[in-house]
Amino acid sequence: MIATVKATMTDARSLDDGAMGEHDAGFGDFVQLLKPRVMSLVVFTALVGLLAAPMSLHPLESFAAILFIALGGGASGALNMWYDADIDRIMRRTQSRPIPAGRITGGEAAGLGLGLGLISCLMLGLATNFAAAGLLAFTIFFYVVIYTMWLKRWTPQNIVIGGAAGAFPPVIGWMAATGTIAWPPVLMFALIFLWTPPHFWALALFMKDDYSRAGVPMLTVTHGRRVTRRHILAYTLILAPVALALGLTSVGGPVYLAVAVVLNALFILGGLRLWRRDEEVAVADNYVAERRFFRFSLLYLFGHFAAILAETVLHGMGWAAW
Amino acid sequence: MVAPIRPDHELHQRRRSRNMGLGAVLLAFAILIFGLTVVKVSRQTADGQPPGMTAPVSP
Repeated sequence: MIATVKATMTDARSLDDGAMGEHDAGFGDFVQLLKPRVMSLVVFTALVGLLAAPMSLHPLESFAAILFIALGGGASGALNMWYDADIDRIMRRTQSRPIPAGRITGGEAAGLGLGLGLISCLMLGLATNFAAAGLLAFTIFFYVVIYTMWLKRWTPQNIVIGGAAGAFPPVIGWMAATGTIAWPPVLMFALIFLWTPPHFWALALFMKDDYSRAGVPMLTVTHGRRVTRRHILAYTLILAPVALALGLTSVGGPVYLAVAVVLNALFILGGLRLWRRDEEVAVADNYVAERRFFRFSLLYLFGHFAAILAETVLHGMGWAAW
Repeated sequence: MVAPIRPDHELHQRRRSRNMGLGAVLLAFAILIFGLTVVKVSRQTADGQPPGMTAPVSP
């Protein structure tokens, strides 16, 4: 009898512990671990790479390819959250993530990341080809080991080099369809690679305390805000010819070029505006221009890839300009 | 004696969401593998060769 009462009390206590949210996650917490917002960018760019390729897959193979590329991206996200849990606890932007919030343990995140990474690479290889699967495996390795474990806490160029990881999905999509590499996916890679630094530096300008408190050597922390603003402008200028060059390849056309001209002109103007502003003005208006530039950078990337998609549709209807 | 009906504890709701989610993911995965197998096999048979067979060697 006493044993039964004790057992009941223990059950009740463990139930209350669970109710506090300690290591008893719902399905949504595991989804959050895969960084669904980053995954949406991966899905979209990989889809464009796959559809713009000159060879086509069966629709189910295409669906599987995009799904496993997205899951590979999700695996990278889970492994990133596992390794960065210590700094995620410090930064306001990341405090509510499942590990710092105590809903998922680091071990669970690492296990999910490794398992999903293996399954996604293997399944992409079986569904399409092993060249694409190898590139997906390299992308996961690059994001987790080269960026997260090495560059992120070591150099202010972390975002510049680490941006490569986010730039691979359209190349993987193209390779899944063709099994080879060509100029258009290389330029798609370059577009995302050169877009990443100004995008994240704009974020670092208005999330100013987060990175310095966590000891992440962002350019804003190591070289100051003036240098960061100069770098943002420089990247918008370097980015423009790459974006326009993509329009002259087999995936481009007049629609893409028109969109690219407008978006790049606006992006350079935004970079110029940030370069002209000083910190006092930015603090006074709570970084309005920096926030606007950050939001526009998302539209910039989406616009370019949507234009490639539009060109693909037009090419399919026999309206190829070149 | 009939046990009183109690609403689920939040802990159980979270566990149920996790279990149902995992079940749905596994089911979707099995359907996808089946579909992919059908696509691959029918492509091979459309090429004129039964799956797993090489072209006959002429005498």
